[in-house]
Amino acid sequence: MKSAVVLLPGLNRDRDMIAALTKISGQAPATVWQTDTEIPDVDLIAIPGGFSFGDYLRCGAIAARMPVMRAVAEKAAKGVPVIGVCNGFQILVEAGLLPGALMRNASLKFVCRQVKLEIANANTMFTRHYKPGQIIRSPVAHHDGNYFADAATLARLEGEGQVVFRYAEGTNPNGSINDIAGIVNDKGNVLGLMPHPENLIEAAHGGNDGRALFESALGLAA
Amino acid sequence: MKARITVTLKNGVLDPQGKAIEHALSGLGFDGVGQVRQGKVFDIELTGTDKAKAEADLKAMCDKLLANTVIENYAVEVA
Repeated sequence: MKSAVVLLPGLNRDRDMIAALTKISGQAPATVWQTDTEIPDVDLIAIPGGFSFGDYLRCGAIAARMPVMRAVAEKAAKGVPVIGVCNGFQILVEAGLLPGALMRNASLKFVCRQVKLEIANANTMFTRHYKPGQIIRSPVAHHDGNYFADAATLARLEGEGQVVFRYAEGTNPNGSINDIAGIVNDKGNVLGLMPHPENLIEAAHGGNDGRALFESALGLAA
Repeated sequence: MKARITVTLKNGVLDPQGKAIEHALSGLGFDGVGQVRQGKVFDIELTGTDKAKAEADLKAMCDKLLANTVIENYAVEVA
């Protein structure tokens, strides 16, 4: 299965994403740079975490206006699965590919720890290898993961099953509304999440709870 | 022409930074400080002379980049 990773200046989890996709899909992902206007035909596009453009203006704001993001939007419109992790989630939100906004953590502190996630919807292309309500572990590392959406948007997300990952009870690290950790768009092919599933995919990581997300998205057997 | 754009959080959007500033002000002994909301200011120099066009352009800049209208309001002033 072919994948592509979007590279932008200031990202720092790109190598983690490339390593995870290489191990899980069996081949190295293509890489696309911020100024690229075309993305090759792939089965999955990933936008990694980090601090693109130094988080200037707002996290993800500058990256979302780069030419490569128009190419991502075109692919997404054609139904290609897109995953944005951490800064990648912030970029997808800023680009308007996902609703809502990611604000400064309610604690005002950078959080770097492991949290528990509940699979809020196991009926998506990203979570079909998990069980509904399953609790998995995942690292988080961010300063701006406090998800916010207006009441109407939130009602739509909850009503349509677009909330895919929720921080399990008592582990919300950032004050995110309704404990939201990850959402999909209305078509279900664009996922954004603050946690880092790519950092928990093999025994050397201390577990492989994140692996099924990529196997689901790539259409691989569990 | 010089322009100033002020970006503020919408009412109802939680502002933890504003809260922290509010607490710091009362810690410094400033009594009578109510709610504090923080925001951003952009000073932009424009080369044109058409004020109406400048205002329209600045609003477009806010909608496209300078403000996140999911959570923020903006105000444009052209001097």
